[in-house]
Amino acid sequence: MSGKEYRTITDVKGPLVFLNKTEPVAFGEIVQLRLSDGTMKNGQVLDTSDDQVIVQVFEGTASVDRQTGVKFMGDVFKLPVSTDLIGRILDGAGRPRDGGPEIVADEMADIIGAAINPYSRESPEAFIQTGISAIDACTSLVRGQKLPIFSAAGLPHNDIALQIARQAKLVGSDDDFVVVFCAMGITAEEYNFFVHDLERTGALENACLFVNLADDPAVERLITPRLALTAAEYLAFEHDYHVLVIYTDMTNYCESLRQIGAAREEVPGRRGYPGYMYTDLAMLYERAGLVKGKKGSITQFPILTMPGDDITHPIPDLSGYITEGQIVISRELHQKGIYPPINVLPSLSRLMNAGIGPDKTREDHKSVSDQLYAAYAQGRELRGLVAIVGEDALNERDLQLLKFSDIFENQFLRQGRDEDRSIGEGTLDYAWELLSNIDTKYLVRLDQKWIDKYHPTEKKE
Amino acid sequence: MSEENGVIYRISGPVVTAMGISPRMYEVVRVGDEGLMGEVIELHGDQSVIQVYEETSGISPGEPVIRTGQTLSVQLGPGLLTKIYDGIQRPLPELEQTMGVFITRGVDADGLDLEKIWDFAATAKAGDEVSPGAVLGTVQETETIEHRVMVPPGTSGVIKSIKSGEFNVTQTVCTLEDGTEIAMMQKWPVRTPRPFVQKYAPDTPLITGQRILDFLFPLAKGGTAGIPGPFGSGKTVTQQQLAKWSDAQIVVYIGCGERGNEMTEVLTEFPHLIDPHTGKALMNRTTMIANTSNMPVAAREASVYTGITIAEYFRDMGYDVALMADSTSRWAEAMREISSRLEEMPGEEGYPAYLSSRLAEFYERAGRVETLSGDDGSISVIGAVSPPGGDISEPVSQGTLRIVKVFWGLDAGLARQRHFPAINWLNSYSLYPPSLNQWYRDNISNDFPEVRTEISALLQVESELQEIVQLVGSDALPVDQQLTLEVARMIREFFLQQNAFHDVDTYSDLKLQYTMAKAILSFQEESKKALAGGAMLEDVVNVPARSDLMRGRFAEGYAEKIEGLLDDMNKQISATMEAN
Ligand SMILES: Nc1ncnc2c1ncn2[C@@H]1O[C@H](COP(=O)(O)OP(=O)(O)O)[C@@H](O)[C@H]1O
Ligand SMILES: [Mg+2]
Repeated sequence: MSGKEYRTITDVKGPLVFLNKTEPVAFGEIVQLRLSDGTMKNGQVLDTSDDQVIVQVFEGTASVDRQTGVKFMGDVFKLPVSTDLIGRILDGAGRPRDGGPEIVADEMADIIGAAINPYSRESPEAFIQTGISAIDACTSLVRGQKLPIFSAAGLPHNDIALQIARQAKLVGSDDDFVVVFCAMGITAEEYNFFVHDLERTGALENACLFVNLADDPAVERLITPRLALTAAEYLAFEHDYHVLVIYTDMTNYCESLRQIGAAREEVPGRRGYPGYMYTDLAMLYERAGLVKGKKGSITQFPILTMPGDDITHPIPDLSGYITEGQIVISRELHQKGIYPPINVLPSLSRLMNAGIGPDKTREDHKSVSDQLYAAYAQGRELRGLVAIVGEDALNERDLQLLKFSDIFENQFLRQGRDEDRSIGEGTLDYAWELLSNIDTKYLVRLDQKWIDKYHPTEKKE
Repeated sequence: MSEENGVIYRISGPVVTAMGISPRMYEVVRVGDEGLMGEVIELHGDQSVIQVYEETSGISPGEPVIRTGQTLSVQLGPGLLTKIYDGIQRPLPELEQTMGVFITRGVDADGLDLEKIWDFAATAKAGDEVSPGAVLGTVQETETIEHRVMVPPGTSGVIKSIKSGEFNVTQTVCTLEDGTEIAMMQKWPVRTPRPFVQKYAPDTPLITGQRILDFLFPLAKGGTAGIPGPFGSGKTVTQQQLAKWSDAQIVVYIGCGERGNEMTEVLTEFPHLIDPHTGKALMNRTTMIANTSNMPVAAREASVYTGITIAEYFRDMGYDVALMADSTSRWAEAMREISSRLEEMPGEEGYPAYLSSRLAEFYERAGRVETLSGDDGSISVIGAVSPPGGDISEPVSQGTLRIVKVFWGLDAGLARQRHFPAINWLNSYSLYPPSLNQWYRDNISNDFPEVRTEISALLQVESELQEIVQLVGSDALPVDQQLTLEVARMIREFFLQQNAFHDVDTYSDLKLQYTMAKAILSFQEESKKALAGGAMLEDVVNVPARSDLMRGRFAEGYAEKIEGLLDDMNKQISATMEAN
């Protein structure tokens, strides 16, 4: 902390400050800048050599001049962690935002986070019931999974995230989740919406919030999720908590990343985003899971808004390549007035197979889910055909599938914001009931033994 | 190899520049106070540019850089199988022991267990004249794999003494007349292909038990295949299916820049899976490399070389090796990231200009060869490709497709319909059938190639008919074309679709695949006859025995039952004529 203060800034470009320095500065070291008017700013070393040091300034470089004093703090970024984090609201750089006291550190944790040894991971396989049929039946979530919500501007992704946070539970267990919430560049209105809901349900006392809003420094967003995940790791792996991390909006995070890349004049990858964005995102998303010998877990729900509703945009694309599936929100369903407007067809849970079946959910779950998909996918495709040739041209099978696609959307998907459906009766039995609108001979994905056992009209008691 | 010390001049992410040393290209150096492992990748005036295999935060200019004189190498010998390594061959279980569950840095670990005692059985004897690749003796490495201890490349002479017995991998098992001592362990630089005598043209299929692959788009032993596809289309599941069921003798599985949990899955699942060819645990023949997306990118770049070198070593013993790399795009991105830190002139989409030559060099290490000892060995390489947005016009997909001989094109649309494997049967291809057809005729059935052609032709016709259906609906088609659509649907739903997660369906033996294909053609034949005899299409396609035949594939013992089920179906189809 006694480091020298340098006044050797040569260049300032976007959020970056370049200085000639004297003594060696470590890569990743934390930096403090003191402006002529006494304002303090924080930053981090991005590049260091004998001749030049490049610092990214979290609060932006407004008002920085050549007289600004730069001090290297001799350490990389660390977050004070302790169980006192629970129930607290911190800002995007980890300082109290709720008027409460500083966090008394039990330990100082490096926020970059080391990679979990793949050999030390434990396979996630405990089914989490969210009470939302579309998710529980078709993209089942398990504890320790990272499952993002791919949404777009103006869609109710926040409602869905909150509904999941409220209702998520392990069937037959009363282990509760602690929520770590991380806001990156969202509006104050959205933020208030989250906080009020968490307050309303009493979840706030069991949550830890890291908040960087739309009018907070953009570059700071690059550390906010790292702070949140550092807190989550501490709670999960040092104190056995099951942590649900919700972070929103990843799109703002990626914009900040792009800004830094541009200021460094790096060769951009696709659409101006840095070539290392995949690796950078992986260093966040991979901080989920279960590890051997620890009771706790980290389950991640990143929310991102797809620019132009385009799932091939680099932000959703690179995310989908890293996360263990995705829940895709559809504007079309939303416009039809269906809540939650989840399009199950492009949605996926890669860990579903491990989390469902006998002893976990129910023996027929996989079969039912496959059949729902197949029938709905075919039914939707037929809508296009009907628009051209009319229903008359359809054979019996196609007619039934076509009808089913409406039933699926209006009854199975549609549910209340506070409606919490159980996996057995609320979701799977309901699915059977709806599937019975189709002749059994067309239900080729269902094993005969499940038809005999669960089909509402054809079961053999 | 005199040691030389220099100092760090600059640090930019994984790339460190040192001054005061003059190392060779690709030499391993120790970086910083913690001695992090790095590799020299560029020499530039008095500066040496190093890619560092571990996290660099907290390292400062002025810290030391030390030469080792070695190039990046792997340790080869008994003890590779059943292991899981990071990209630079550090065993992950050992890293766990020294670091705990998080991978920190500054820890070295040998690729092979240097203490472990193996039972070496000499097969050569004193007085034998041996040259590189000659087998000196064997070790039963795992229950199913015999490890052949070879004379390393570059060494030859007359054996002075050799003894069977218990040795660790560094002890001398054989001494040559000139005094050269040979231990079981060899070292080999990963960026240099291991030598062989000559390449042969592949003539045997790599049988995978996956119907669409084996039947329509086969890979040869020693061949190369690329699987491009958007996320969620089935690259990893396909690669894992190949690792599980293909009839290679050795499998090297590289998780390159992908998910941690996927490696955990392989680790937990494989020990319980039984190899259909040996009846023993699949793990016995497998080596894994896991350098996941959040592990250092430089080690990710190295991981494919580490993997292919291990594969070559087993090939040199005369084994058929299959190597899966999931995903080669992440390897290419690692190259891109390093290249951009070097401020190299970028090529397309920021990838370095040498991207396509690196891809070609890598796939060139596949092949069926005459080994140095005159044996026959092969490496089949299957690379997953992850094109941004699923658009394969990008450099990595294109660079790969120019080289590989098999293209398994995954299709987001099929995946969305849960048609798995989501391999598009219209645009995928294999260039191997002409060289494999004789094998099929000799080993499966004389008309195998013709049956395959008929099946592909039906799928082609279907796609043309579908265009008409999109305009007028299927009822408007003449009845024979409607039948063709039904037959094609049967090919898709009964034959091409295969559930990797179903205990029985996950693997189909090649004979059974052939029988299933014949059953489809027989359905077509019988239905045509019935329709000509006045039967209704609706009745023909809905005979209950057809659905028994189709669903039957999920039950154990299908191979024994299929003929009977087929007879029933044919009888019922004939009977539909009388119904009218
Ligand atoms: N052959 C298959 N059988 C059944 N399901 C499959 C198959 N291939 C892929 N899937 C499904 O698709 C999901 C994504 O597959 P994966 O191989 O992980 O995709 P990618 O590696 O291309 O992102 C899997 O989790 C699984 O649900
Ligand atoms: Mg994958």
